[in-house]
Order: sequence, then structure tokens, then C-alpha cells
Amino acid sequence: MTDLGIQAKADDLKPEQAPVKDRNQWWDVWDQFRSHKGAMAGLIFLTFITLFCAFGPMVWDVDPGKLDIRNKDVRPIYVAIWDVDAKTSWARPMGTDHLGRDIMANIMQGGRISLAVGWTAMVLAILIGTLVGVLSGYFKRLDWGLMRFTDLVLSLPILPLLLVMMLLFRDPLRAAFGPETGIFMLIVAGIGITSWMQTARIVRGDVMALKEREFVLAARSIGTPPRRMITRHILPNVLSPIMVSATLGLATAIITESALSFLGLGFPSDFPTWGKILFDSVDRMTAFPERVLWPGLAISLTVLAVNYIGDGLRDALDPRIRGL
Amino acid sequence: MNLKTALMGAVATVALGQMAYADAHEGDRGRDGEVKVIYWQAPSILNPFLSGGTKDIEAASLMIEPLARYDSSGALTPWLVEEVPTVANGGVSEDLTSITWKITSGILWSDGTPFTSADVKFTYEYCTDPESGCAQLTKFEGVTSVETPDDLTVVVNFDGPTPFPYGPFVGGESPILQAAQFADCMGAKAPECTDENFGPIGTGPFVVTDFRTNDVIQLVANENYREAGKPAFASMTFKGGGDATAAGRSVMETGEFDYAWNLQLAPDVIASMEAGGMGTPVAGFGPLMERIMLNQTNPDPSLSDEERSVIRPHPFLGDPAVYKAMSMAIDRPLLVEVGYGQAGKVTCNWIPAPEAVNSDTFTCDTQDIAGANAMLDAAGYMDTDGDGVREANGVPMQILYQTSTNAVRQDFQALIKEWWSEIGIEAELRNIDASVFFGGDPGSPDTFQKFYADVEMYANTFNGTDPQAYLGNGLCDNAPSPATQWQGENISRFCSEEYDALYAQLTTTADADERAAISRQLNDIMVEEGGMIPLVHRGRLSAHATSLGGVDLNVWDSELWNAADWYRTGDNR
Amino acid sequence: MLNYTIRRLVLSIPTLLFIALVIFLLLELAPGDPMGQMPLTIPDDVKQRMREALGLGEPWYTRFYLWLYQFFVVEPQYWIDGAFGTNFADGAQRIISFQSRSPVFDTIAQRLPQTLWVVGMSYVVGVAIALPIGIISAYKQYSVFDQAGTFVSMIGFSVPPFFSGVLLIVIFSVNLGWLPSIYDTTHVVVDWETLKFQFQQMIMPVMVLALQTTAQVSRYMRASMLDNLGQDYVRTARAKGMTESVVIMRHVLRNSMIPVVTVIALGIPSIFGGAIITEQIFKVNGLGQLLILALQGNDIPMVMTITFLLAVMIVMLNLVADILYGVLDPRIRYD
Repeated sequence: MTDLGIQAKADDLKPEQAPVKDRNQWWDVWDQFRSHKGAMAGLIFLTFITLFCAFGPMVWDVDPGKLDIRNKDVRPIYVAIWDVDAKTSWARPMGTDHLGRDIMANIMQGGRISLAVGWTAMVLAILIGTLVGVLSGYFKRLDWGLMRFTDLVLSLPILPLLLVMMLLFRDPLRAAFGPETGIFMLIVAGIGITSWMQTARIVRGDVMALKEREFVLAARSIGTPPRRMITRHILPNVLSPIMVSATLGLATAIITESALSFLGLGFPSDFPTWGKILFDSVDRMTAFPERVLWPGLAISLTVLAVNYIGDGLRDALDPRIRGL
Repeated sequence: MNLKTALMGAVATVALGQMAYADAHEGDRGRDGEVKVIYWQAPSILNPFLSGGTKDIEAASLMIEPLARYDSSGALTPWLVEEVPTVANGGVSEDLTSITWKITSGILWSDGTPFTSADVKFTYEYCTDPESGCAQLTKFEGVTSVETPDDLTVVVNFDGPTPFPYGPFVGGESPILQAAQFADCMGAKAPECTDENFGPIGTGPFVVTDFRTNDVIQLVANENYREAGKPAFASMTFKGGGDATAAGRSVMETGEFDYAWNLQLAPDVIASMEAGGMGTPVAGFGPLMERIMLNQTNPDPSLSDEERSVIRPHPFLGDPAVYKAMSMAIDRPLLVEVGYGQAGKVTCNWIPAPEAVNSDTFTCDTQDIAGANAMLDAAGYMDTDGDGVREANGVPMQILYQTSTNAVRQDFQALIKEWWSEIGIEAELRNIDASVFFGGDPGSPDTFQKFYADVEMYANTFNGTDPQAYLGNGLCDNAPSPATQWQGENISRFCSEEYDALYAQLTTTADADERAAISRQLNDIMVEEGGMIPLVHRGRLSAHATSLGGVDLNVWDSELWNAADWYRTGDNR
Repeated sequence: MLNYTIRRLVLSIPTLLFIALVIFLLLELAPGDPMGQMPLTIPDDVKQRMREALGLGEPWYTRFYLWLYQFFVVEPQYWIDGAFGTNFADGAQRIISFQSRSPVFDTIAQRLPQTLWVVGMSYVVGVAIALPIGIISAYKQYSVFDQAGTFVSMIGFSVPPFFSGVLLIVIFSVNLGWLPSIYDTTHVVVDWETLKFQFQQMIMPVMVLALQTTAQVSRYMRASMLDNLGQDYVRTARAKGMTESVVIMRHVLRNSMIPVVTVIALGIPSIFGGAIITEQIFKVNGLGQLLILALQGNDIPMVMTITFLLAVMIVMLNLVADILYGVLDPRIRYD
């Protein structure tokens, strides 16, 4: 009933869509998505911030780690509007920090790492969570074992867990991939494997309820194998809690990374990330509000953008709404 | 009371009277109401023998006191005794093997019973019990027995000539416990005595009414305190927890607290807080010194774990040209400005204080990148492949630079990495959680003892004013290694016969001037031969409310050593 | 259902024992040392003797057994003694913290009031705000209310407490001077005046924490409601002429609660885990601060006890959630 495949076939039969021959369901999804203003704004912002971080350093080729102690504490350029005497410079449009590092370059460099960590850790957590949740909700035999495993991971204190991971894997990874990639993999894995449990439990709960619905019963009665049942009937129906988990997970991953740096388990100190820039600036918040403003805005707007994209996708993928 | 103390008392009263006239803070005990102290590290226990943590020792110093302690200038001051025993006044035996303390008569414990030499002897037995795991055992090193000829006399006997006999019962780390209270808490039973450990009966100005571990202590004035009219405060709230920023803010910006301990904050942050106008920062300098330790062994990860911290020498760090160039490239005044402000000074010495042992051999307050480059060029370290990093015998001069996680240290890492890159030495930075870095877990590769890095940065200090034990950290056989289960204080694995010989001489010298001279020489050897690169002489920075008078910051002993003298000033009473 | 519950309860005992073992081994394996926070002026051989005094010289399985014995035998004896004045325990060694050398359970009991006041209250407030927001947002999708709710909750969720907490302190304590920046854990509520003070010192940490809960729960509520609002049974119910409030509150809400119940149930143990960063910023010194200090100080008995208590709550609340699923949707059966 809510199955995408069936809906797609139904769409093909609609007369007004008949002339466009190669039009598949993804065009419909895109059309629906485009009509969602928030989602489009989110997509545009996300593209912008991604390009800004990915290609910004090529245009703005200031070394984010370069210290310039004479030009420390430069205010962002807009301060000059109301305070002519403020220390501003067009060469440092967003200002510099207390060691004279360029904030714009740091936001770009930090964004690369934060976005990469956020996305990878979130995708990892969602994949594990969905897999565990669906398996455990759908197959009764696996349920007990998988859910007790979830309980176990939920109970583990994260700090010693990460310390043990560092202890066991840091040096081998550093030797194999170099210090940057090695620590990146560790952090992503650390955040990913400690944040999938909520998704797993939510998905499992929904799957258990879905499994008893009539359409699943119907599909099963015509002999649909479990694999097809899950991918075509169950998964599309648990998409919206997964979307919410994903949005919240992205924010959590970016912030957790900063908390880890704070505890000495994150990236080395010469690797800026949004969370870390924000954390380091909190002490000087009153004197230099821009230093918390830039990374704070970057994190919040990214999360907001992903949230709206998630909303838009959810609507677009829901055949009951699509085409209305 | 004999004539002398009576006279001293009279003098003290006159002096106090004059001060009182100036400050108007004489009066009855408890006249000034409540005082609130915040330590951002919360005390977990009030028995300094079971915890060596500074926060615990300082909190306990409000209750329990030693026989003598260091004052804010670092001089020994009699506290519960009539005078500090010396050879000159006959208190220390001619052969330096025993010291006799004369307890001031009339001192009472806060429960009203008299303070006697038996309590002192009990404290010695309590700490040296083999099962107690006493944190202050070093204070009693070399003590063979403690005798009590009468109620007010304590004789401490050492196993050999001890030129500096002021270890036991001196300073905040070695206070006196009440024998009656702790009698059932000896040895293995020590940790079971929760009530005793949380509320030791003492001779100090305050008495615990409520102790919540790692949270808050509530205290009231000790009715049996030996000085009339003190403490001025009837009660004290001692809050713990949070972070240094919040503690500083609560004293200097919101005025909720009166005294904040050890504000390790960037100088511009302190300055902006001070602008709040409710409090004042105060700084004092002990021997605490931030340094970069230079690894004398080869930390190459391809060597086995056993060998990494044993095999000598390091591929290039042992060359004077290298470590001197690395030192010259550092702009120490800038480090001070960025990291510590008024709580830091440039130093080129391992032992920057007390003044008598501070060597003046080296100067290092100007950065000289060109000179450092020239020195490396002259020594034959050239950048042969043009990647900006010099090579030493074909090995690129890349070093791993580790330290504990702490905002100021990370700033230092960034700055020093930059300067070293200007002289062709590339540093990879690593910061490690302090509890792992300073924890001695033999299973972890990240402890500062194992030193699986080329250089590492941290601060170290010593208690009191005598550096002998601290200088022992440079002895060859004090190096941590697998054979010693990674125990030992010679972190850089420094080894010099000359140093060891000179140290042996120090242990048998009694004359203070001569001891200072030898200490300075030892300091010079350590720095000259590349055991470490001294960076900053760090002070202690605390803040007190403008309405709190009598604060005299003491870095040689507990910061709260004179809490009895604190009072409320001016209109805020 | 009763059968199922009993079976799950029985089976949870070996599960919990296994979890305890895993946590203990994890703590064993983790680098770090209770002596790590001692000053460097204490030499290594003294530290070694202190470790031995803490019982660290024993092999791990001895210590694990000792902890199990103390947790399941000695501590209950003390509780019985405390409640009935008996003397079963007879001076047996309780679980003692490495840091404070005091019984772990006494400290936990000391921390519970402020944790429940602040973290518990914030959770209740957060959920109480979140449910209506989620329901209205879904019912009036893309209305101004929905947009504003989404915006505020997502901004709230993405601003970390180490920033929002300090911002509140700077505004309300430093600049305006209205609220205390430091939580007084010794404060006792006896009359209106003290209740007012308690409210003043609670409001900032509660708000910071509630914002996080609200954001999370309201998003799940909204998404789940939206899923259900489009279902055929809603159309049927409306067609039958049921009033809108009955349709929403009785039918849609009930069917939408499954993910929300999961989130809420999973959140309750975390109340008792405390809120580490927020507690630190406002100096609440609750269970979160206790746990983080114990972790940093490698206070194994304390960490072990707190995390194990949390594990018990997690296992139990997940059981409660599973039972609630069956209540909310009777088609879900476990037999």
C-alpha cells in the first residue's frame, strides 16, 4: 500500500505522465522535493558550506595554522562600521584569534574536518542502527541477542571505551594511514559505534509494529522472501524516524568531536574543527563575540539545513503526499 | 609560657595592633560572618596522608597543621612549636642525625584536649605503617624513630647525617593527626575510617561540620583556636568543582565567592575578568617550571616497546648544536605573554626558585632564529632534499612533540612548532589526556614516563625550599625502564657521571650557601648537557574578592596557610 | 505478557552479570591509573605502595569477584542493617572509592538530590514541552508554529551546552546579576523564600538541558505523527464522524508513540548518568560530575558501581519500553 514500487507502477498508469517516456519515479521525487522551500534552502546552504570548505582554501590560501602574533585579536571587518578605532583588516575579514591565526581559514579547515566527521560518523551510526533494528524487529530469533548486545553497548562508559580504542588502534592506524587519516578513522569509528543504539531501538519498535500490519501480512502471504520484505515494505515505512535520527546524529557527531578534543581524545591541537574553535573561544566570548558566532552559526545552520533536507526528502519519498 | 614566647606574643600583639589600626580588623572571633572559597578541583578527602592531591592537602590545612611551615617568602616559620630547631640553637644535633622540636604549650585540639608530643609520634607511626599506603612517605624517609621525652618535646632520629632535617612534620603535606581520633585507623584500616578522613580534628582555625566528597565542605570557626580573635570568620563554605574560568568569574565578576584558587587561564581572560571589579588576582612564584624534556633515548616505533626507551642515543637530539638551536628558536617572553601573563617569567633554569639556587649562567630571553639556523648549518645538518626539513645523517629531523591536554599547552605547542619549522625541524603534535599522561599505567604507551616521543612538555616542582630530592631526578639510575616497571623520575634518561658525583657531594653538605652553590652547578649541567629546555617559570595565580583582607599568597606551603588571618575589609563587613 | 515479563526478568540476571564483566574488563584494559592525579612530587615507589593499599596488587578476577560480592552481598546487608537496626554486615568491607576512601553508595546517595532536582526536572520539563510541540507541529505541518518550533529546537540542539550555558551565565549572572552562577548543593528548601532561591539556581541548568530533550523528543513525535496522519485508519475514523480531537488524541497519538516511548525510555537512565558538561558549568556536582571525576581519576570501584547501576536501569527500562509497545499496539506479541 505504501510501497514505492507499487506506487511507481501506479504513477506510470496516470494519463498525464504518459507522454514523458523516460520519466522514472526519481523525477517525481525531485519535483516534490523542489516544491519544499525549506528543503531547497537547506540544500543550497549545504552545497554552499561544502563548497566553501572544500574549495575555499584554494581561493583563500592562508595557512590556518600560521601564527602571526603581531596581528592577533584582529576584529572582523564589519566591526569597523560602528567602531572606527577597532583593529580590523581587509586581509583578515573574519578576524584573527589570540595567536593571530586567520579565523576564516580556520573555519574552512575546521569545516572540512567537522563535516567529514559528522557525515561519516552519522552514516555509520545510521547504518549499524538500522541494520540491528530491522534484523532484531523482523526476526524473532535474533531479537533477544541483538537487543542484549544493544543494552551492553548502551551501558559501556564512552570515555574508557575510547581510551581503549586509542590504546589498541592508534599506533597501527597511524603507521598504516598516517597521523591525520588514522586519528580521523578512530574518531569516526568511536562516535559511530557509540551512537547507533537509539536508532536501533526506535527502528526495532517500529518494525515490530509494522510487521503485524495487513499489508505486510498480504505481502508475506504471496510468498515474498524476507530480504524483499525488508527492503521494499519495511524500510520505506521506517524512513521518517531514521531521517530524524540522522539529522540529530549529525549535530551530535559534530559536537561530540569537540567534546572529545576537550578530553584530549580528539584531533591533535593543530587540527581546527568547528566544535573545537567554538570551545576554545567560549572564555573570550564577551570580548570577541565573533569567535563563537562563526563556528556556532556554521554548526547550527548546517544542522538546520540537513534537518530541512530530511523533511523535504521524507515528504518527497512519501507517495501519499507526492503528486498532490 | 616562658618569657621568650610571652615577649614574642607581646611584640606580635603590638604589631597586630598597628595593623588593626590601619585596617580596622581587630575584634571577636567570628565577627565577619561567612567566607566562601572556591577550588575548581574539588577536594575528595581531608586526610593528606591518603591523598597527595594539592586540593586535598590545602583543604585539610584549614584543620590540621604541621609543627612548622614555610611562609609566603619561603622561610621556615615555627607554627605549633616555639622555634625552628637549628644546629646553632641546639635543636639539631652536631652530627646532623637528630632534631628536637619544642611544642608551644597550651595548644588545644578543636575538641578541647591538649595537643601533645604523643600525637606527633602517632602521626609518624600512622604514615609509616607498611599497609597504609601513605602518600607522604617520602617526608619520613630516613627517619629511624620518633621519641617523646615529655609531652612537649619531640625528637626525630635519622639513620644518618641529614643536612636538611625539615622533612617530617614540616609543611602542609606533613600535618599532625590527633592520636585519639585516628587510633583505630592504622594501616589497612585507614580507608575504612570515613568519618575521620572526612573530618579530622585539628588545631587549625576551622572545624568541619559537613563534608561532601568532590563537592563542598562547610566549616565553622574553631572555638579552641590558639589565637584570640581569630579567625575573623564564623563560618566558611569551601566549594569545589567546575573549571578555572567559572571560578575566576564567581570571584571577580559576580562576587559570589571570596577566594578562587589556581586560576590557570590565559592572561587576557584574567584581565577581562579583573575588569569586573569585584576581585583581584594575586600571583606568587614557587619552583614550578614548564619545560620541554629532550629524549636521550631513541623512541623509534620500529624498535620494540622494551627498547624504545632504553636504547641510546637519540639519532640527533643529543647533539648540543641541535638542542641549543631548538632552545634559541623559542621566543620565551612571547610564551609568557600568551600563556601566563603576570603568573609567568622567562627562565633558563631547571630550578628557578628559591632565589639562592637560581643560577645566572644562562640567558635565553631573546629569540634568535638566524643564529639557530647558522648553528645547525655549522653542525652539518642540511636540508638536502629541499622539503624544508633538515636531515641528520639521512634521517629527516622530524620529531614527535607530546604534552597533556590543556589550552595553554596547546597554544605553546602551536607556537613552538612554528618556530622549529623556521629552523628546519618539523614537529608532529600530540596531546594526551592528563589522567593517562601523568598516570603511571605500565600498559599505556602514552605515559610521560615511557616517553615514546622525541620531546614532551610538562611542568614539575618540589615541595618546600630544599631541592635535593628534586635534583635526584637527574641521576642515571633513576631512569624509568621496563626493568623498574617504568618507575623513576629521570624522565629524559639524562645520564652524566659528573652530575652523579656532584649530587653525591650535595647529600653530605650541610652548609646552606654551599648547598645552594652545588645545586646551581647541578642545574647548569642538566641544562647545558641537554636534559631539558626550560621555558617558563610558572607562578600560582589566585584571586580574592576586594572585600577579603589578609590574603598572603603562599606558594611554598598551603595557599590557605593563613586563613586564620583573613578578614572582611571596609564597608562590606 | 506476564510470562514474557518474568522470562525477561530472569534472563536479565546473566545479561547484567555479563555486562558487569565487560565493563570491568574495559576499565582494566583502559590506560590510566588512580595515581595519575597525584602531584609529580610523590615518587613512584610511594605511588606503588599506595596502589597496593588500594588492592590493585591483586589479579583482576579476584578484584572482580570482590566487587561482585560487595555489591550483591555486603551492600544489601548494610541497607537492611540501616533500615531495621540489625547487624548482618558485621563490619564487612563496603565498596570503597579510590579517591575519597568512603563508601561509594554514600556518595551516590549524597548526589541524588541535586541530580534529580536539576537533571530529572529538566527531563520532565523537556518532555512536557516536547510532546505538545511535536503534536501541534505535525498536525499543522508547515504552519508558522511548526516552522518556529523546528527552527528553535534544531538551533537548540546544535548549540552545545558548553556554549549556551556560559552564554546564560554571562547574561543573567554577570551582566544582569539576577541568578547565581554557582549551584549551592547544601541549600535546603524549607519555606517559600528558600524555594524561590532553589528555583533561581535551578532555572539556568534546567533550561539548558531541557532544550536538548525538547528538541530530540519533539522531532521524533512530529515525524511519527506525520507518518500516522496519512494512514487510512485516520481517514476511516474521520469518515465515521469522530471529532478531530478524538482522532488525534486517541488514535493517531497512540499509534505514534512507539518511537517516542523508546526515546523517552532510553533517556531516563541518562538522567542518572547526569549531565556532565552542564553540571560542570553550573557546579551542580551531581552524578555526572561524580562519574567524570571518577573516570578521570580511574576510581574503578566508583565507575564500576555507577555504570553498573545505569546498566540495570537501561535493561529494565528497555523491558518497560517493550511491554509498552504491546500496550500501545496490541498486535505486537512476544510469545
